[in-house]
Amino acid sequence: MLHIKCPYCGMRSQNEFSYGGDASVKRPELNKEISDEEWDNFVYNRKSLRGKHLELWQHLSGCRQWIKVERDTATHEIFNTYKADEEIS
Amino acid sequence: MTQKFRLENGGLINRNKKLSFKFNGKTYYGYEGDTLASALIANGVHLVGRSFKYHRPRGFFGAGVDEPYAIVQLYRNNETEPNIKATEQELFEGLEAKSVNCWPSVNFDIGAINNFLKIFLPAGFYYKTFMWPKSFWYRVYEPFIRKAAGLGVASTKHDKERYEHKYEYCDLLIAGSGPSGLASAYAAAKNGARVILAEDKPRFGGSLLTSDVNIGNQSGEDWANSIISELKEMPNVVVKNRSQVFGYYDHNMLVMLEKVSDHLPKTKKHHPKQRLWYVRAKQVLISSGSIERPLVFGNNDTPGVMLSSAAKEYLKVYGVLVGKNPLVFTNNDSGYETAIEFKKNGINPIILDSRVNPQSEIIDEAINLGIKIKFSYVVVAAQGYKKVRSADIAKISDNKKQLGTVENISCDCICVSGFWTPTIHLASQSGNKTKFKEEIDAFVPGTSKQNETTLGAANGIFTLEETLKSSFTAGQELSTKITNNDNKISFPNVVEKKSSQHDKFWCVPLPKGKSYKRFLDFQNDVAVSDIEIALKEGYRSIEHVKRYTTLGMATDQGKTSNLNGLQLVSDIENKVVPAVGHTTFRPPYTPISIGAIVGREVGKHSKPNRKSPMHSWHEKNNAVFVDAGVWLRPRYYKHGNENLFEASKREAKNVRTNVGVCDVTTLGKIDIKGPDAAELLNRVYTNAWLKLPVGKARYGVMLREDGIVMDDGTTTRISENHYHMTTTTAQAANVLSHLEYYLQVVWPELNVNVVSTTEQWAGAAIAGPKSRKLLEKLFPNNDVSNEGLPFMGYTESELFGVKARIFRISFSGELAYEINVESDNGQFMWEKIIELGQEFQVQPYGTEALSTLRIEMGHVAGSELDGRTISYDTSLEGLISKKKDFIGKRSLNREAFTSGDRQKIVGVVPLDKKTSIPEGSHLVKDAKAPLPNKKLGHISASCWSVEHDNPFSLAILKDGKNMIGEKLFVMSPLKNKVIPVEIVSSHYVDPKGERVRS
Repeated sequence: MLHIKCPYCGMRSQNEFSYGGDASVKRPELNKEISDEEWDNFVYNRKSLRGKHLELWQHLSGCRQWIKVERDTATHEIFNTYKADEEIS
Repeated sequence: MTQKFRLENGGLINRNKKLSFKFNGKTYYGYEGDTLASALIANGVHLVGRSFKYHRPRGFFGAGVDEPYAIVQLYRNNETEPNIKATEQELFEGLEAKSVNCWPSVNFDIGAINNFLKIFLPAGFYYKTFMWPKSFWYRVYEPFIRKAAGLGVASTKHDKERYEHKYEYCDLLIAGSGPSGLASAYAAAKNGARVILAEDKPRFGGSLLTSDVNIGNQSGEDWANSIISELKEMPNVVVKNRSQVFGYYDHNMLVMLEKVSDHLPKTKKHHPKQRLWYVRAKQVLISSGSIERPLVFGNNDTPGVMLSSAAKEYLKVYGVLVGKNPLVFTNNDSGYETAIEFKKNGINPIILDSRVNPQSEIIDEAINLGIKIKFSYVVVAAQGYKKVRSADIAKISDNKKQLGTVENISCDCICVSGFWTPTIHLASQSGNKTKFKEEIDAFVPGTSKQNETTLGAANGIFTLEETLKSSFTAGQELSTKITNNDNKISFPNVVEKKSSQHDKFWCVPLPKGKSYKRFLDFQNDVAVSDIEIALKEGYRSIEHVKRYTTLGMATDQGKTSNLNGLQLVSDIENKVVPAVGHTTFRPPYTPISIGAIVGREVGKHSKPNRKSPMHSWHEKNNAVFVDAGVWLRPRYYKHGNENLFEASKREAKNVRTNVGVCDVTTLGKIDIKGPDAAELLNRVYTNAWLKLPVGKARYGVMLREDGIVMDDGTTTRISENHYHMTTTTAQAANVLSHLEYYLQVVWPELNVNVVSTTEQWAGAAIAGPKSRKLLEKLFPNNDVSNEGLPFMGYTESELFGVKARIFRISFSGELAYEINVESDNGQFMWEKIIELGQEFQVQPYGTEALSTLRIEMGHVAGSELDGRTISYDTSLEGLISKKKDFIGKRSLNREAFTSGDRQKIVGVVPLDKKTSIPEGSHLVKDAKAPLPNKKLGHISASCWSVEHDNPFSLAILKDGKNMIGEKLFVMSPLKNKVIPVEIVSSHYVDPKGERVRS
């Protein structure tokens, strides 16, 4: 079971969180004309990365905040966690 | 029955407490502190089972967790459990055990005929034989194999025992309480670190309990005891015996099984049988020791052949002789220690040492004690069927290829030692890539992957002094990093005998003209010849060889067999062992009971059970409950002898004619506040929300980004910036997360807060033509006329002094209201409704009637919003705004969603107006068409229409829009039914929706 550092609550076990997918995906703006391809990429197409992956998790049984977790998908190593609106350098 | 093989003195058992137990129906006696194995051996019982494949007699091979043979069916306190190792099961008064894998008895086993057919049961036998004809597999082969196989019988009874889960954090978790575990725990504890020390056996000390060493001025055993007593007194230390750390998972999470009560005749009140610990440790010290390796020779599976370390443990810990005429067969000095213990207890062993001319302190001691030693000698084969009676021995050439003349000597047991295999399972599970250590012919942990350090024998260090030194240092250094304390511990003086180099020899060649089975895997009956066949047949990868031959795949997971198997493969392939590699170690290290894994989450604790505030009223009024998500809801209220069908029909009918009341507390409720609340709703729902006035409710549908309908419900504007959203019972949690996602991640600029208020409000739906009259009684001071509180209107009031919210919304299609009061007042509200509704013939109705009402109205619910349908399919496309964007809108342009013959919701009525239609049935054009018959749609929900008094169903049907009036067939292969039906509108009752507005 992973040990995830919630930026609000501190180190917590994985069973308090739910996984929310690739955090690098940006939703197209509302009311914007976009191509089918662009929309398809947003809704369906994800890279299945091996290695460092920035992903969303929600601290569901905790503060209920959505957070960003930088995790290695192969080794499960977690390098860093961020608040949802935090800029990542 | 006397304990013929029990020594007069010695051992760590309590001779003052004699215990009686039964094995295979016969009564025996042992002592407190015995295992089932030690007590049986004390009574001279060596035949305890039959092997898995050939049904050969099986005795004891080890004295602990590595035991491959002595697996029994245990009976304890009217319960039975299979797969219990006799070497681990502690004796208690009244214990009963039986042999497994034998019929009719362990002494006369019909399956033993396999032993004589063994030529026909080579590697991969099952794969090769039971393939043809295909149909025979499930009719003939599988039932037969199932009957023949198996190591015991699982109980089919409900397990009354309690199993607990415990979560713990610590600085250092130390797995194993041998010398390295004790030393590191002691050093870390003295530095103030929070330490958990776990030992799988009942006694702490590991090898110190059986070896002849001194630490400081104490014997090894005394030193272990004094360290343990000191650790137990320390507040920062948890010391646990009978606790096996069996799994090493991500982020230094380890799982440990504590057998709290297995050693007792009965679990004490308020105690669990077993406790599963989830331990998150900052550092893990693996001090799991090593397991002695067998030597491979003919018939080496005969009862009486066992590990020399086990023989020593039975002697020193239990005061039991495994034989009175022992033969020790060794390739290293460990066998000598066992022989010396025999000699000290008046038994004359013979040592066969495969080495040419080894020299060491221990060998000298054996010689001085007058023990007979034969160098360059090996056991060629054990003789005897149910117990060793003699051994064929021979001199072996220096190159270990040629045997001299075979002679037979009598003996009643053969104690083997093929050197030691470090127990690296935990390190390997953590992700540590192990490395092969040439000096000990075994794998040891390589570079640490997680925060783990392997110590002592588990790390391939076999001298006590080095073990203690490195373990004290490791415990001290690791704890200093955590606690910043630095208490130096003076290192004790160690007295141990020096050992000489072991012999790399491990497998005795077959003598000319003999074809003895030489076993590698003792539990799965894998012999040298099986591996040879597998390699001849082209299997190369060790993972394939393992699966083809089943080497190391039994419940002991190859603890004694893996390395010899690898040796053999590398010998045949002319490779070195590290080039062959080893198979992956996976948790659990040793079998874990299902009960322990499940813990307390059984029966009514398997999931949370939420009850509405009116639950006790429902109970008192004969409600029959049904699970709805995590909630318990009344399904129907039973009058007299009514069944579900009759009761729900009565309840639904009463809603259509009078008035009914339904507990709708379980509906998801989300409180939404903030200046941008309307904007959020406008983006989340498909219809327009910006102009909803205060005091009005609106029905809305929300989509996922892929255009599929996610949920529906009404949202009411309570005040300018305050909304009350309802969701379906099932989707309540998902919808909240969904809103939080968009607010926190996608549109953080929106100033809105959302919070679940599902449990804060008790809800009652009042539905039926007389509901307004009832409402007038409930709220005499309010104008609840059609003008005062119109359809989709909302008002706040007081229900006899209790704050109440009144929504005019309808799920049943009738004139209806929903009243919400704070949860604590739910029961009061409910009782008032029942009391004042008497004159209007009010009746409570359950979920079954609720479904009937919504189905015949054509209202969609979870069975239509099934994650595959879009708004069009469920006739909700009228709620799609063309003027604004919303979540999922862009997906609605997809080709599949816009095609002309897209599926749509319809109503289905059987032509005979009698036959009920099973939910999930398929709709087809032609009932007699050849298979596969093209499916046009499926029945999503069925009911007995109380309005029309005939069956009615909803279906999602291809081109449903143009199918009204068509005659089709409903087919249910499950129920074996074919029903001719007519397709009608999904609105079977009040299609114009006049009643809700009346």
